[in-house]
Amino acid sequence: MSRREKTWWIVGGIAIIIYALFPIAWIVSLSFKGPSDIANGQFLPTQLTWENYSLILTGAASDLFLPALRNSFGIVLIATAIASVLSMFAAYAIARLDFRGKKLILGTALAVAIFPVISIVTPLFNVWRNIGLYDTWPGLIIPYLSLTLPISIWTMSAFFREIPWEMEQAAQVDGATTWQAFRRVIVPLAAPGVFTTAIIAFFIAWNDFVYGISLTSTSAARPVPAALGLFSGASQFVDPTGSIAAAAVIVTIPVIVLVLIFQRRIVAGLTNGAVKG
Amino acid sequence: MSTTTLPPGQKQRPVSAPPRQVSDRSRSERRLAWMLAGPAFVVMLAVTAYPILQAVYESLFSYRLTDPTNREFIGLDNYWVVLTDPLWWQAIGVTVFITVVTVAVELVLGFALALVMAKALRGLRPILRAAILIPYAVITVVSAFAWAFAFDLTTGFVNNWFAWLPGISADTDWFGGTWSSLLVICLAEIWKTTPFISLLLLAGLAQVPEVLQEAAKVDGATWWQRMTRVTIPNMKAAIMVALLFRTLDAFRVFDSIFVMTGGANGTESVSFLAYRQTIARLEIGLGSAVSVLLFLAVVLIAFGFIKGFKVDLSQARGDK
Repeated sequence: MSRREKTWWIVGGIAIIIYALFPIAWIVSLSFKGPSDIANGQFLPTQLTWENYSLILTGAASDLFLPALRNSFGIVLIATAIASVLSMFAAYAIARLDFRGKKLILGTALAVAIFPVISIVTPLFNVWRNIGLYDTWPGLIIPYLSLTLPISIWTMSAFFREIPWEMEQAAQVDGATTWQAFRRVIVPLAAPGVFTTAIIAFFIAWNDFVYGISLTSTSAARPVPAALGLFSGASQFVDPTGSIAAAAVIVTIPVIVLVLIFQRRIVAGLTNGAVKG
Repeated sequence: MSTTTLPPGQKQRPVSAPPRQVSDRSRSERRLAWMLAGPAFVVMLAVTAYPILQAVYESLFSYRLTDPTNREFIGLDNYWVVLTDPLWWQAIGVTVFITVVTVAVELVLGFALALVMAKALRGLRPILRAAILIPYAVITVVSAFAWAFAFDLTTGFVNNWFAWLPGISADTDWFGGTWSSLLVICLAEIWKTTPFISLLLLAGLAQVPEVLQEAAKVDGATWWQRMTRVTIPNMKAAIMVALLFRTLDAFRVFDSIFVMTGGANGTESVSFLAYRQTIARLEIGLGSAVSVLLFLAVVLIAFGFIKGFKVDLSQARGDK
C-alpha cells in the first residue's frame, strides 16, 4: 500500500468514527445542559451541570427510570440466553446435516423474522390479560423470542457454513460419534459465531419498543425504551428534554461497555480465532 | 422453495460409503437434525403462528375493547374499510418512501464503510469495529431522540449550524411539514441501521478469496474492475441477506416516527397506523385488519426477494 493510499484509508477511518459518535456526543452534551442552556442553539452547554442525572437517578423521576433499567437487563438477558441455546442447535442442523425440513425451518425463521411486530401485539395483548402474563417479565421474554430466534438461526447458520467441516469428518473417521465430533471439534470452531450472534440477539431485544409499550402498563415490567418513549418528565412544568437526554446516556453506557467487551470476541473470532488459527 | 431438487452444492458432497450405510446414516442424521432444530422451530411457531391466526380471526369482527358487548361478525368489511381509506394509502406511501430511501443509501454507505474497515490498519481496525457497533447497539428510541433534539426548534443546533444553506434559517421547523419530517426520520434510520449492513458486508468481504484479488491484479484489472467482477459477485450471498433483512426491517418502521412526529403531518407508517387503531383507539377488529394487511405486504416483498434474487441460505452451503 502506498503512503498516499494509506493516508486515505486513515481519513476514511476517522470519518467512520465521527459518523458513529457524533449523535452520541450530542446527546451526552445535551444531558449536561441546564434549563438555561437547553435552548441555546449550540452543540455544547455553556455550563456543565449534573442536574439532569440527579433528577432521574435520585430525584423525582427516578421511580420512572430505575425500575425500567432493571426490567430491561433481566428480560433481555434471559431472552438472549434462551434464543442463543435454541438457535445454536438449530443452526448446526441446518448448516451441517442433511434432512428434509431444512427449508421449512429456514422459511419459518424468515417468516418470523419479517413478522411485523405490531401484528403479534394485538392478539397477545388480549391473551396475556386473560392468562395473567400482561405486565410481567415472562410476558415480554416470550415475545422477545420472536425477535431474537430467527435472526440468531440465520446468522449462526451463515457462520456455521464457513466452518471447515472436513475436520468433523476427520474426527468421525478417527472413530468419534456424530455427537462427539460436534462437541469436541465443532463447538470450539463455532463459538466465535455464537458470541457474535448473541450480541446481535441481545441488541435486538434491548432495542424493542413496540412490545414494551403495548404489553406493559406499570414499572413492574416496562423496559427502558418504552419508559423513555412515554417519559413526560418529573412534572408537567419541567421540560423533559434534559432528563430524557440523561436517561438516554445512561442506557447507552452499558451498551457501549458491552460493545467494547464483545468487540474483542468479534475480532478474535473473525481474524485470529479457531477458524484460521 | 422446492424440496425436490437438490441445491447444486450438495451434489459435490463426497459420497464414499456404500449405499446401504448411507441410508442408515442419513436416517439417524435426520433424527438428530430434528432433535437439534425442533425446539427452536416449535418456539418460533408458538410465538407467531398462534397470534397471527388470532389476528386474522379478530379482523373478521366489528370489535372494540371499549364496547365488547357489540362484537359482531362482519366478514371482510374491515378490510374494505381500510383499503378504501386514503389514510391507509398514505401510510403505504410513507412506508415505501422510507424503505426505498433508507435501504438504497444504506447499501452504498454500508459498502463504503465495510471497505474502509477491511482496509484499515491492524491497529485501527478494532477501534473502527467498536465505533461502528455503537450506532447499531444504541436503542432506536435514543437515536430518534438525539436526532429529534438536534433538529428541534428550541433545543436544536442544526438550524444554527446550517443557516448559511439556502432554505435553512433559525426558525426552520423541520417537524412542521411532511417532507422535512420524513427527511429527518430517514437520516436517523440511516445513521442507526447502516452499521448492520456494513458489518454483514464486511463479513462477506472477508470471505472473498485473496487469491482471486491477486490474480485479477496481476492480470491488470483496475480497482473498479476488481470490485465489480471479483469482490461483489463473490459476496452476493452476504449482500442479499443484508438487503433482505434491512428492507423488511425498514418496512416496519415505527419507533422513530413515534418519537419524532407521533405520526403528525402525514408521517404515519403502516405499523404506526396499526398501532394507533389497536392500542390507542382499541379498535381491535379494524387494527387487526391493518396488521394482517401489513403482514401480507411484507410476505409479498419477501417472496419477491426469494424468487427474484434467489436468496436461499440452505443453498449457500456448498458455494465457497
